[in-house]
Amino acid sequence: MLEIKNLHATVDGKPILQGIDLEIAAGEVHAIMGPNGSGKSTLAYVLTGREGYEVTEGQVLYKGQDLLEMEPEARAAEGVFLAFQYPIEIPGVANTTFLKEALNAVRRHRGESELDAMEFMKLLREKTKELGIAGDMLKRPVNVGFSGGEKKRNEVLQMAVLNPTLAVLDETDSGLDIDALKTVADGVNALRNAERSMLVITHYQRLLDYIVPDRVHVLARGKILRSGGKELALELEQKGYADFTQAA
Amino acid sequence: MAATSETIRQVQDIGERYKFGFVTDIESEMAPKGLNEDIVRFISAKKGDPDWLLEWRLKAFRLWQTMPEPEWAKVEFPEIDYQDAYYYSAPKMKDRPKSLDEVDPELLRTYEKLGIPLKEQEMLAGVAVDAVFDSVSVATTFKKKLEEVGVIFCSITEAIAEHPELVRKYLGSVVPYSDNKHATLNSAVFTDGSFVYVPKGVRCPMELSTYFRINAENTGQFERTLIIADEGSYVSYLEGCTAPMRDENQLHAAVVELVALDDAEIKYSTVQNWYPGDENGVGGIYNFVTKRGACRGRNSKISWTQVETGSAITWKYPSCVLQGDNSVGEFYSIAITNNRQQADTGTKMIHIGKNTRSRIISKGISAGKADQTYRGLVRMSNRASGARNYTQCDSLLIGDECGAHTVPYIESKNAAAQVEHEATTSRISEDQLFYCRQRGIDPEAAVALVVNGFCREVLQQLPMEFAVEAQKLVGISLEGSVG
Repeated sequence: MLEIKNLHATVDGKPILQGIDLEIAAGEVHAIMGPNGSGKSTLAYVLTGREGYEVTEGQVLYKGQDLLEMEPEARAAEGVFLAFQYPIEIPGVANTTFLKEALNAVRRHRGESELDAMEFMKLLREKTKELGIAGDMLKRPVNVGFSGGEKKRNEVLQMAVLNPTLAVLDETDSGLDIDALKTVADGVNALRNAERSMLVITHYQRLLDYIVPDRVHVLARGKILRSGGKELALELEQKGYADFTQAA
Repeated sequence: MAATSETIRQVQDIGERYKFGFVTDIESEMAPKGLNEDIVRFISAKKGDPDWLLEWRLKAFRLWQTMPEPEWAKVEFPEIDYQDAYYYSAPKMKDRPKSLDEVDPELLRTYEKLGIPLKEQEMLAGVAVDAVFDSVSVATTFKKKLEEVGVIFCSITEAIAEHPELVRKYLGSVVPYSDNKHATLNSAVFTDGSFVYVPKGVRCPMELSTYFRINAENTGQFERTLIIADEGSYVSYLEGCTAPMRDENQLHAAVVELVALDDAEIKYSTVQNWYPGDENGVGGIYNFVTKRGACRGRNSKISWTQVETGSAITWKYPSCVLQGDNSVGEFYSIAITNNRQQADTGTKMIHIGKNTRSRIISKGISAGKADQTYRGLVRMSNRASGARNYTQCDSLLIGDECGAHTVPYIESKNAAAQVEHEATTSRISEDQLFYCRQRGIDPEAAVALVVNGFCREVLQQLPMEFAVEAQKLVGISLEGSVG
């Protein structure tokens, strides 16, 4: 599904990623853990094509295609989804409108017919019901005035509607209390399936109690310094990142 | 707009029947180039004006010659050579495209994006077929319905002939011929425009649209519109069209006057999408319009909604004179300037009566190298106890070479009147664009989405079918403004 080879990237000329190698197979959930400033969010933005994140070396293959060559919207249409750490507000644009616009853009790209208003509302009602999301959230402008928990649930809803094959969750646990965290994790777990891969970026082990990963990687100083099973997360919880932040 | 396409079909039928129309006729009726008293008399004679109207035109013309150009607006353009223009009928008949093949492909692309049917495109692009449109025949069925309830909706020429007492009573009563140089010129040389009278207690059964009253050739340049809502009546009037019309006259100086008597309400919506010039600022319409409504009666209401996306220069301040006690004035505006467009637009709310209220919501979007100014006056006279105004001006900038300015003038002579003003300026953020793109939306659609959200409060004021087209138009107007 996703193959990252020797990926180097800079932000404002400053090297952040310094040779990442990572492979995620279809249906797998991988967690990336690491201290602040280790390059976790940079990896998420490089994968989704944000401006200002420059790849200086390396390759990313997604379903066999060169991901880095594609525009951000083309990556999205090909099934790459980023759940933002800080979801963006779009005043005056109803959540429903935004989702419909996005879904139909993606469908056009995939050569599928666009959904009309009726079909779309039906789909949306199904998804909100599955995820236990209140209908009024759909009418409100995108993320405007949303609580931290609502914003994250909204990201999960978008994910459910757009039906990606690779979901990158950037610090989805940040700013959530334990109840909100559970709700969001339940939503994410409901979307796990054999075709969908996930890359869960987190600072704390806590999230991984709820979204249990197949593999855990430690990202520090721009590299993956260790990989292991889910028990690695527990070890990190006890020992912290000190071993990784000091010079190797 | 199903009703529109129906009209188009009708028009088309008429077109077929009079295939070889009145082209030669029109050419022979052209006035020579330039402007002097003889031209004014010529126009007046051609229109069959009564004596009082000729006198009025001449007074205006004489005054116009002595008036300076208004200079307070923040717009720049070379001096207008008024003698280098035609003031009656068009010399352009021969130059009109014979088919859509001869029309600027850029214009056609826009029509396509707006989903405008082919025949309608021909009409808008000024393909010669519409030279034979007869304004009287076109509106026939439509007019019949209105006649049943007593609403008069006709060209101002017709109104002058058939309802002289109404025209004489109200023409120039809101915008006097001496108002400003552009309005004065219009008073001297206007050739056509719309007239509406809604009788006492009548709620006009349909939206009145300029679309249904196709003017005689080339009247767009100095259009004169007069709308009177008698006691307790209501009318909603739509002006313009979301599709850009082909037009070779650079100067447009229209005047619109609205009069609302006791308990009457007028809602006036405009979509202005004249040719803005090319991306280097060559060509484009100078749109110098004077629009004013008088809330003469108690509890009367006038509401202006405008979506201004076209023209090289827009100079326009739809205003309300709130004379009647408890009367209400509203101004909802979206102004979009891209490339080298300039707009200086806003409103005036003149509070005279007690407990009068006004509300101003202005959304300005500037992109490319465009420059725009919101200019608004709120005046509370000494009689206007309990009057209130709320003004909100928001500007959105796209890119770093455009400008947005807000110039509010507030004059209050009454301590018991309240004036509130809020203003914001923001940019479309890179965050918002990336968020949209990450969800699969391309950059142009993303800008259109964010801008439509920004304008939502104003778009909501538009009649439904107009609003849908206006939303598309917002996107189209900003094409090329990102990456």
